[in-house]
Amino acid sequence: MSSSSRFAGTESYVATDALKSAVNAALTLERPLLVKGEPGTGKTQLAQEVAGSLGRPLFEWHIKSTTRARQGLYEYDAVARLRDSQLGDDRVHDIGNYIVRGKLWEAFESEQQPVLLIDEIDKADIEFPNDLLQELDRMEFYVYETRELVKARHRPLIIITSNNEKELPDAFLRRCFFHYISFPDAENMERIVEVHFPGLKKDLLADALECFFRVRDVPGLKKKPSTSELLDWIKLLLAEDIPTEALRAEDSRSLIPPLYGALLKNEQDVHLFERLVFMHRRNAG
Amino acid sequence: MLVDFFSRLRAAGLPVSITEYLALLEGLSRGLGDHSVDEFYLLARAALVKDERLLDRFDQAFGEWFEGREATIRRLVADLPADWLKLRGELDLTPEQLEEAQRYESLEALMDALKERLEEQEKRHEGGNRWIGTRGTSPFGHGGHNPSGVRMGGKGGQGRAAKVWEQRTYRDLDDRRELGTRNLKVALRRLRQFAREGAATELDLDDTIGSTARNGGWLDIRMRPERHNAVKILLLLDVGGSMDGHVRVCEELFSEARAEFKYLEHYYFHNCVYESLWRDNRRREATRIATMEVIHRYPRDWRVIFVGDATMGPYEIVSPGGSIEHWNEEPGSAWMARLLDAFPSAAWLNPQPERYWNHMPSIRLLKDLMGERMFSLSPAGLEDAMRALRRRSAPPVRPAPETPA
Repeated sequence: MSSSSRFAGTESYVATDALKSAVNAALTLERPLLVKGEPGTGKTQLAQEVAGSLGRPLFEWHIKSTTRARQGLYEYDAVARLRDSQLGDDRVHDIGNYIVRGKLWEAFESEQQPVLLIDEIDKADIEFPNDLLQELDRMEFYVYETRELVKARHRPLIIITSNNEKELPDAFLRRCFFHYISFPDAENMERIVEVHFPGLKKDLLADALECFFRVRDVPGLKKKPSTSELLDWIKLLLAEDIPTEALRAEDSRSLIPPLYGALLKNEQDVHLFERLVFMHRRNAG
Repeated sequence: MLVDFFSRLRAAGLPVSITEYLALLEGLSRGLGDHSVDEFYLLARAALVKDERLLDRFDQAFGEWFEGREATIRRLVADLPADWLKLRGELDLTPEQLEEAQRYESLEALMDALKERLEEQEKRHEGGNRWIGTRGTSPFGHGGHNPSGVRMGGKGGQGRAAKVWEQRTYRDLDDRRELGTRNLKVALRRLRQFAREGAATELDLDDTIGSTARNGGWLDIRMRPERHNAVKILLLLDVGGSMDGHVRVCEELFSEARAEFKYLEHYYFHNCVYESLWRDNRRREATRIATMEVIHRYPRDWRVIFVGDATMGPYEIVSPGGSIEHWNEEPGSAWMARLLDAFPSAAWLNPQPERYWNHMPSIRLLKDLMGERMFSLSPAGLEDAMRALRRRSAPPVRPAPETPA
């Protein structure tokens, strides 16, 4: 294992030590890495960044509630074959013409060791991960229709994300490395914002972050604003050219941050927030 | 050497398996621990813990294990070199000490001695997580003197005051936290039982292919009903009085259950179940229904979930006329028994923290009536409850009294 194939974060993605060490463990031992965390903490992005920084091709398999494990391997398009047979098409004699490759197959065929992202695995049926155990373990599967064994040329680095909507089966978990992306603290958040808005004025950044964490700390919010919402908000602040002073807490008008719609996405949260601000003002006055 | 670590994690209730332990060892042998305790901690965490709710428990267990073994672990991860014995030469040793050290013929013997000594040390010093070689004959240094060559002491790498695991960043994610809608969902999904029933609305591809083939190649479309969760739930909720403090969590449970189960019926009661229940708490009298009718209306395969704090006077359960709201001819316990007899699959969810249960006679009574199937309304409790509901055969409960005429 050469030292060049280690993940050390990228310019556009701030990775904590724990995350780096988990990615590297998965890389070295060629086991899947399961990533969980609050929405908006960059789970999906991780695969893209890892592939980018290691210079490896990326295959993305986005899971929906109707996705079946087989679809990642291949699908046999029986209907097309049936149609062709009724139309008298010559293609019909070769069953291989109707085998549609899935993402896993594509990744297995890759010339270079690829990165395979299985995004939001918890969206699928509860048995979905179990159906993939063998394939992820041995990195091979059998195509019954054509009687061929598909084997991975290079074991891909598999990154799996989950939003915890369903619990994953133990047998599946045992085979993975696991990392939970926790919500970034102020210091890491600063680094993240800087990556996205290089050269942002220091005072604006500090004020915006303080404001952001204040909103996050409001008790009882149904949906706390996340990193991606913070980035959107800063983008808006810059676009609207909001003066830094408007973010300062001492200015009582600004207790509701400007353009808060980017941070609070829930009507109840906005009401709650306004009520708190109102009470705060009454107490202050 | 890590077996101790492994068993300690298991003792702490972490479901670590051999596979995962081997993955950790493999990682270490490939140099992933990277010679620092922090790296070792991160690797162990990624390899052994697969659920963020368990991270805090892992941190605690790691801390406990680490405490007192700091030196051993450091040595373990700090690329324990074959030239260990060579280092001995760099120590400040008296001739007698050198002699003693040389008695250890092999590396293993030396290690064993070291380990033994470390353990001894732990026993003698409370929380002794620091290597102090108090014995004049020790080959490992003495009198609190820390030969830097061996780096056994409290110095080096670990100078930082806060160890990662001691920060306990993941405390909030622990299982024992209160319920959020998300874990409610996850727990309720345990009860899923898929079935195809009702109108055929979905193309059954396999059957279509099969029957088309039998049909001599002419298309024969086959349809089938959609798959859905076929579990049927009867939810009985305690309202008012002492339940007021638990309104939010019950509301959430209710709304999640609504979304998850296609067949969900709910009724309310107050404190204990008596001869009638009601459907709408605001229009209690208008929506009142006899409990007997509920029992008759739903078939046996419905599962009953009671939600209530079961906190009341014991007479409200066991005596006729015990209800605080009206005169009840029969005690609540009789009605409970009838319900449980009609619906063998049942569970009681109690929002009261479990540690109070034993101090509250009414809770003990109801728990007994339920055949021990009372669970706390926490993520862990809810999961146990769902598991109990999945079980087909219910534990024996006391026989139901005669049905009133």
